[in-house]
Amino acid sequence: MYRYDEFDAKFVAERVAQFRGQVQRRLSGELNEDQFKPLRLMNGLYLQLHAYMLRIAVPYGTLSARQLRMLAHIARKYDRGYGHFTTRQNIQFNWPKLVDVPDILADLASVEMHAIQTSGNCIRNVTAVHFAGAAADEIEDPRPIAEIIRQWSSLHPEFVFLPRKFKIAVSGSAHDRAALKFHDMAVEIVKNAIGEVGYRVLVGGGMGRTPYIGYVVGEFVAKQDILAFLESVMRVYNQSGRRDNIYKARIKILANALGPEEMKNQVMREFTEIRARGTLQVPDEELARIDAYFAPPEFEELPDDMPAGDKDFQNWIKTNVHKHRAPGYAIATISLKPIGGVPGDASDAQMDALADLMDTFAITEIRVSHEQNLVLPHVRKRDLPAIFARLSELGLATPNAGLITDIIACPGLDYCDLANARSIPIAQDIAKRFADLDRQHDIGELKIKISGCINACGHHHAGHIGILGVDKKGVEYYQLQLGGSGAEDASIGDIMGPGFGEHEIGPAVERVVKAYLMLRQDGERFLDTYRRVGMEPFKNMAYLDQLYAAH
Amino acid sequence: MPLIKGGSFVADPFVLIADEAPLPDVGGAIVSLTRFRKDRDTLMARNAPIGVRLKSDESPEQLGDDVHRLSVVVIEFPAFRDGRGFSWARMLRTRLNFTGEVRATGAFLYDQIAYLVRTGFDAFEVPDGFPLAEFNRALAEMSAVYQPSADGKKTIRDLRSGK
Repeated sequence: MYRYDEFDAKFVAERVAQFRGQVQRRLSGELNEDQFKPLRLMNGLYLQLHAYMLRIAVPYGTLSARQLRMLAHIARKYDRGYGHFTTRQNIQFNWPKLVDVPDILADLASVEMHAIQTSGNCIRNVTAVHFAGAAADEIEDPRPIAEIIRQWSSLHPEFVFLPRKFKIAVSGSAHDRAALKFHDMAVEIVKNAIGEVGYRVLVGGGMGRTPYIGYVVGEFVAKQDILAFLESVMRVYNQSGRRDNIYKARIKILANALGPEEMKNQVMREFTEIRARGTLQVPDEELARIDAYFAPPEFEELPDDMPAGDKDFQNWIKTNVHKHRAPGYAIATISLKPIGGVPGDASDAQMDALADLMDTFAITEIRVSHEQNLVLPHVRKRDLPAIFARLSELGLATPNAGLITDIIACPGLDYCDLANARSIPIAQDIAKRFADLDRQHDIGELKIKISGCINACGHHHAGHIGILGVDKKGVEYYQLQLGGSGAEDASIGDIMGPGFGEHEIGPAVERVVKAYLMLRQDGERFLDTYRRVGMEPFKNMAYLDQLYAAH
Repeated sequence: MPLIKGGSFVADPFVLIADEAPLPDVGGAIVSLTRFRKDRDTLMARNAPIGVRLKSDESPEQLGDDVHRLSVVVIEFPAFRDGRGFSWARMLRTRLNFTGEVRATGAFLYDQIAYLVRTGFDAFEVPDGFPLAEFNRALAEMSAVYQPSADGKKTIRDLRSGK
């Protein structure tokens, strides 16, 4: 994985010192909250319902054991013994004290981490596919270009005060595991007709109150040109993105207003000029230098057989272990979705124990997935039984990756001051209803995603079943959306109708799933059945028990 | 307003002329884009330095070739959140190759000064009483940069490759 050189280290150290000064000015009263707000946000520090929340960047979701131990240390020393992994591959701490934050950032800097641009109207932490470097279907590891983008976007003087936040994702294979089409901008590694590797660039995807699927603005951008191209898109957005209405300020609104042709024209005009100047071209030596950091570990020659084990082990293999590019190796997903738990939470003890497990089995890195799970990317298959046993002891072996209880949920009204409704208790209730593993396997792939407000941090638009919490006269209601997808067949879920109360939403989801089981044809996933039959049969079933209820 | 340029406070050789006010007989004048368009020929004939003050939604490209007849372009920051000015300055320097003064005015923050300098501003209207030391401190906080911009500063990549 990437290692800071002296320049990166100094950059982060100076940033910590700068923020320490800003915190001192705030604590002494020299800065008021209004003046301090944009400064703290640029360093990932939010003021939430009950306390400050610090969001730490995990660039492209990759962590070393040493970094994971530091996160455990921060959870223990400055927080309440846990952290929350987010849908943007970051980790959040919910209870830090303002006076401690500079020390936390200094601790992070000591392991080459930071919280720069995890908030604010700037280019946010760059995300990448969590199977990067390990997936069998990958053209190239997306992380080197993600690292190049991370450096280019760090305190970019022109793009730190954009109309609104800007999220970039990178993927290395045609199978989209990074929800590319829902990002402000996405970079997909592709091969052209003569076998050259380059980038397809998409813009204008997004969720929130007006969801859009992104479109292609650059069909094939040469490797050396990628930063010039991205800078061109950013300049078009910074000039023309709306600033009169916060809800219309994301690039998706501009992209939709301009349309693909005009957007391409404007981007190409900038690109021609920026490229000609040459200062943003990425030389081959730089690409090679960054690539070298992400060279895969040396894979041993190992038999490719899956080890035997009891039924629990087999169940875990079935859902949580994925095909690796090297024979004898596997990718293992560590579910952070225990039945009845808080999606994405991990305790300090769990993080420490995982770091130890990585050392024991010579696993050099761990990934955070946008589905709020952790991933061990390079595991010897023969080690899987021992790893499963250890994860079981830690409460981290829930065999539900990709199943109905692998629910994405935002923090919701339990923590977030933007939320209209709670998300976590709804996720817990649904998970409990479907706890039976045989039933989960019978249902198959079904992605439930829950947001506690229209901002859609829980990605409800992209859920096969999406749930949106709304506030109606001080009461929490939950709307159902069906048919969303964040994969390469991206689609925005359709709203079913009036919302359900907090005690009704769980049973309604059960009825929707029951309808699927009745309607499905051979081999169909929930999403396939929905796309074939449409909303009506699901809707009839979902509202069945509510015919006499007044709404 | 106090004006910082070239690392120190300087007297402002320009006067901002309101759209309805008469043009002074002598001396540098800064006018709005609207006024510039209306009185372009008169301004050019005055034989004194001209400046144009752009609102944050006015691209310097609207000045056309006239930009090279100007001594100063003033860019307004109506709120610190409005970051268009960073692109306008960058565009003035690297697209239009404008070599005159690019001046920032308005609600920019202490913590934006370094970005202003990087994108091509070289003059800054600051609030009364603003200490020069603060200005210089703002520029010293982050010594190295990752991106090429309008200031021509060596990037971290340049330093890595020993340039």
